[in-house]
Amino acid sequence: MSTELLKGNVAFAEAAVRAGCEAYFGYPITPQTEALEHMAKRMPELGRVFVQAESEVAAINMVYGAAAAGVRTMTSSSSPGVSLMMEGLSYMAGSEVPAVLVDVMRGGPGLGNIAPAQGDYLQIVKGGGHGDYKMIVLAPANVQEMIDLTLLAFDLADRYRIVSVLLADGSLGQMMEGATLPPMRPLAERPAWALSGARDRDTNLVSSIHLDPEELARFNDHLQAKYAEIEANEVRFEEHRLDDARVGVVAFGTAARVAKTAIATVRDEGVAAGLLRPITLWPYPEAALRDLAERVDALLVVEMNAGQMVEDVRRVVEGRVPVRFFGRTGGVMPMPEEIADAIREVAGASAAAGAQQAQPQEVNA
Amino acid sequence: MKGTVKVDDALCKGCALCIPVCPKGLLRVATERFNARGVHPAELDDPAELCSGCEQCAVACPEAAITVYRAVKA
Amino acid sequence: MTVLAAEPLLTPVYEYPESLTHVPTHYCPGCTHGVAHRLIAEVIDEMGIRQDTIGVASVGCSVFSYRYFATDFAQAAHGRAPAMATGVKRANPDKFVFTYQGDGDLASIGAAEILHAAVRGENITVFFVNNAIYGMTGGQMAPTTLPFQRTSSSPDGRDPATTGAPLRMSELLAQVDGTAYIARRSLHDVVQIRRAKKAIRRALEVQRQGIGLSMVELLSSCPTNWGLAPDAALKFIRDEMVPVFPLGDFKVPPEPEAGAQA
Repeated sequence: MSTELLKGNVAFAEAAVRAGCEAYFGYPITPQTEALEHMAKRMPELGRVFVQAESEVAAINMVYGAAAAGVRTMTSSSSPGVSLMMEGLSYMAGSEVPAVLVDVMRGGPGLGNIAPAQGDYLQIVKGGGHGDYKMIVLAPANVQEMIDLTLLAFDLADRYRIVSVLLADGSLGQMMEGATLPPMRPLAERPAWALSGARDRDTNLVSSIHLDPEELARFNDHLQAKYAEIEANEVRFEEHRLDDARVGVVAFGTAARVAKTAIATVRDEGVAAGLLRPITLWPYPEAALRDLAERVDALLVVEMNAGQMVEDVRRVVEGRVPVRFFGRTGGVMPMPEEIADAIREVAGASAAAGAQQAQPQEVNA
Repeated sequence: MKGTVKVDDALCKGCALCIPVCPKGLLRVATERFNARGVHPAELDDPAELCSGCEQCAVACPEAAITVYRAVKA
Repeated sequence: MTVLAAEPLLTPVYEYPESLTHVPTHYCPGCTHGVAHRLIAEVIDEMGIRQDTIGVASVGCSVFSYRYFATDFAQAAHGRAPAMATGVKRANPDKFVFTYQGDGDLASIGAAEILHAAVRGENITVFFVNNAIYGMTGGQMAPTTLPFQRTSSSPDGRDPATTGAPLRMSELLAQVDGTAYIARRSLHDVVQIRRAKKAIRRALEVQRQGIGLSMVELLSSCPTNWGLAPDAALKFIRDEMVPVFPLGDFKVPPEPEAGAQA
């Protein structure tokens, strides 16, 4: 297959088509509307389902219905629209139907703006809706990953009967990069549990109700066991220049891209910095992070929010090393030099702390 | 007999909606007994075999508890 | 040749429908949800479509309707059944898909979803059980509650000045081009119940034709929350609800062309 210049939003939409997505339901919202428009053209061309719903509330419930019918289905939105979907996502988790959601994050809270941000981390990674559930969360950092992780999202959703989320941002959605699309895959068979009319079989039910508390507890145990299996098997991350790093930068998505440039700059100055880039935000690369915490002097978490993933980093690191944070809110894009400054400061503070420890008698009592 | 009905005790909730719709008043609430739900179920009280199998009781029943039989020439 | 008159056999002519599950329902004694369930099941039996039907349960007293119908079923969030049914039907265009919704579900939280399913002309059938109150949560006011009707959230009676007048969904949806059949019937006596069954049949036949959204609104009772005995509750429908929610056909499909399949 050839490499072509693709816009992020179009890339993930077409990747979904190639992955065998049979039904797309969405609503226009900047900065991902190109995906809706691409699907509006492509899905009818292929005799598949496209509906522009009346709201994101309706869209996610249409996804719920199509997912219950056993077809590969998805929706895409951005932060304010994704908030409207939380109810539907909880219902889908509670009835174990597979589906894919793409959240192209923008500045918030509230209507915010249309600039790229990472302010939905806690919402998405912690489930977002009510109840004890998780969704697989994949964080692309370039247009090729927008494609590859969309394919992975559908496969993991079906394998585990779970919702997979592609957590992108407006920058990734709008940028154009060279990327390669996969060939068209055949449509999947409908699973045995799906709703298709009880012809010559017992009736199927897709529901999230378990009125008896003991029964609901058992169902929750089942979900937790599923999540443990996913945590054991589906962690993905990138390690960049970590072998000899003294400062470990932890970042995902667009923040990670900018951090790589900053790391290149400070490396030239002799600061040994490297990047741990989670690709799955759930399941989080906890083992890799703990391992890194054993080896570096400090961690610097870089995000395009007021500090969300840093909470998970601190939780996992459990104080082994200092965890610092650099963030930009409002949809403001962090610049490499700002991140480089933050790395230098962390490296400097680590060096000073190291120097103090070497000469304890100089500390005033 | 032209017809008869049978009320399923397991389904009847004793709502008594069937009682007034019988054109011949052949249904009664069995106040002398309870079903497994703890209510007095409805039952046919038709010693004179007046029931014509008109189905009105079954149409009115919210529980689909009434089966209606009519005489059909063999 | 003289035929001897045979002893007539008593044959069952009205039986428990195949499309119900024999599970005793949780509805209150005298609640006409049971009648509505039975009619829908009878029609599904008569049309022979049980194995090709998928129902979408909503939230309200009928939240467990999936326990009682012997068809595939999905359970939707409150108000969202028409959107969920859109997904189910678009993925299964050859199957019969129906929603079963109360007045809180359809006319309050779900008002946008039913409106836009109608706008899109989704080929689904909506069964709208209107008892002018929120039953399951203990008798609160609904958009369909009558003026001055006492409910637990309008304890002094619904005040139209601050809470508006009852919402007539059948009339509203009939204005939408994407609807093919909109009818309001009642379940308050045997004559009305028989008419309701015919409307349910017509609605599902409209779905078979694929010409747009069909809805049957069924005026129903809530003895418990109205504080009335079952029979008195039926009279309340006849005397108080029907004047506010007139029975009739608000949208009818065009007659099939002569010679075309019915």
